[in-house]
Amino acid sequence: MMVKALMNRIGYLGLWFLNICAAVGRAAWFFTQILSWGAGFKAPFKRLLIQIYQLGVLSLPIILVAGLFVGMVLALQGYHILVSYGSQEAVGQMVALSLLREFSPVMTALLFAGRAGSALTAEIGLMKTTEQLSAMEIMGVDPFKRVMAPRLWGGIITLPLLTLMFSVLGIYGGAFVAVEMLGIYDGSYWGNMQNSVEFYEDIVKGVVKSVVFAVTVSWIAIFHGWNAIPTSQGISRATTATVVQASLAILALDFVLTAVMLGGF
Amino acid sequence: MENFAELNELSFSRDGRLIFDGINLKIPKGKVTAILGPSGTGKTTLLRLISGQLKPDSGDILVDGLSVPRLSRGDLFALRKRLSLLFQSGALFTDMNVFENVAFSLREHTRLPEHMIRDLVLLRLQSVGLRGACEHMPSQLSGGMARRVALARSMALDPELIMYDEPFTGQDPISMAVLVKLIRSLNDQLSLTSILVSHDVEEALSISDQVYVLSHGRVIGEGTPEQVRQSQNAELKQFLFGHVDGPVSFHYPSKPLEQEVLPL
Repeated sequence: MMVKALMNRIGYLGLWFLNICAAVGRAAWFFTQILSWGAGFKAPFKRLLIQIYQLGVLSLPIILVAGLFVGMVLALQGYHILVSYGSQEAVGQMVALSLLREFSPVMTALLFAGRAGSALTAEIGLMKTTEQLSAMEIMGVDPFKRVMAPRLWGGIITLPLLTLMFSVLGIYGGAFVAVEMLGIYDGSYWGNMQNSVEFYEDIVKGVVKSVVFAVTVSWIAIFHGWNAIPTSQGISRATTATVVQASLAILALDFVLTAVMLGGF
Repeated sequence: MENFAELNELSFSRDGRLIFDGINLKIPKGKVTAILGPSGTGKTTLLRLISGQLKPDSGDILVDGLSVPRLSRGDLFALRKRLSLLFQSGALFTDMNVFENVAFSLREHTRLPEHMIRDLVLLRLQSVGLRGACEHMPSQLSGGMARRVALARSMALDPELIMYDEPFTGQDPISMAVLVKLIRSLNDQLSLTSILVSHDVEEALSISDQVYVLSHGRVIGEGTPEQVRQSQNAELKQFLFGHVDGPVSFHYPSKPLEQEVLPL
């Protein structure tokens, strides 16, 4: 009995592993289909604009407010650490570098996964449940090209722009706290920032991170919508899976990208 | 009689359950063919097989001489422009109004100028009696109206074959009568070939030229509506006349009641 129970458990483990491999394979196939059928902005410009509005413009409030508060908190925390070394004038440099290199790409991608990623999954999942994707196929219109590709490209274009806006608001939030509330000389705040921030090392690398995160989040969100079991519970599970998997993928990829960019290995 | 579609020795199973066991069906060109059968017998699956959304385990499906399971993705999408399927739910695009739903395939597949698209859409909506609802969103339509809009949408590109999936389910008597009339008149006026999948026996028999009755993965009856009505096949009679018990048992297969409820 013990041996049989053990074999069953090993069997379940194997099945679980095979299911994961199958899901990864399906997701990779799905990604190639979207790229091959929707590459090169085949989707008309209007459809892309609608997605940029849905994913980007409608995400602006949460991104801008979050950016403002993250910048304010960074300035506050940074000031209280730096003041013990008498280096409080460097708070502008600290806020800008923290935001551009890490906080903006990661926080924006996490918020994007929660706000836009979940909406993408729910929308596509509901289209599947109500047979809208099947209807499209029957009409000779490929949903990969018509529905998936504009959403993927919309996400890829939108997230880096949101990341830059997050940084801008964060820096202004930091300036408000440091200069207006804590009394740092504004010339020091902005001057130190200008001296230390490099366009390629800090801004471009931050944008590169956000592009990688954009592909990851959009891919995961669209895949889970397309792969959702067509029931209300199935859509609920797919939406949760999008947020959880996209968030973990962002954090793991951030470590890998940071290690590669810093050349620490 | 020329056949527009043929299913030859078609077998299909899903999740280990055999849905079709080597069935043969012929869909004559220009006629309305009804496919009847109890719920869960795989009638919708049959339409998905004909439209190439599912692949059979064995056998062949020919549509206008083309073997659907063997078509490449590109050829399949090209064939689908000549077919149409009216979904049970209507499957209207919820982010578009009625006008845009009907215009969808015209915009996707043609380069017609906007004024011509507008005229064609309004004519299609006129034929289903909903020209006045062209600005409505799908959420504002009743079930019967949604199905009529879906019918107008499916006719937009002048398909050669139109498939109806349970068009009468959940319809009030007026909507049902309207749909029955529309299916027959559109088929005749536009020289279509129609496949009507239903379990509403009387309505389906009243407008069809030919009938197939499916049950448990097999064809249990075929012929004209009159031939099917007069069949002496017990299973067919049970379905047509709605007898509670017969060859198709009232009870789902299970252990004897006394073993489960009153064990000794």
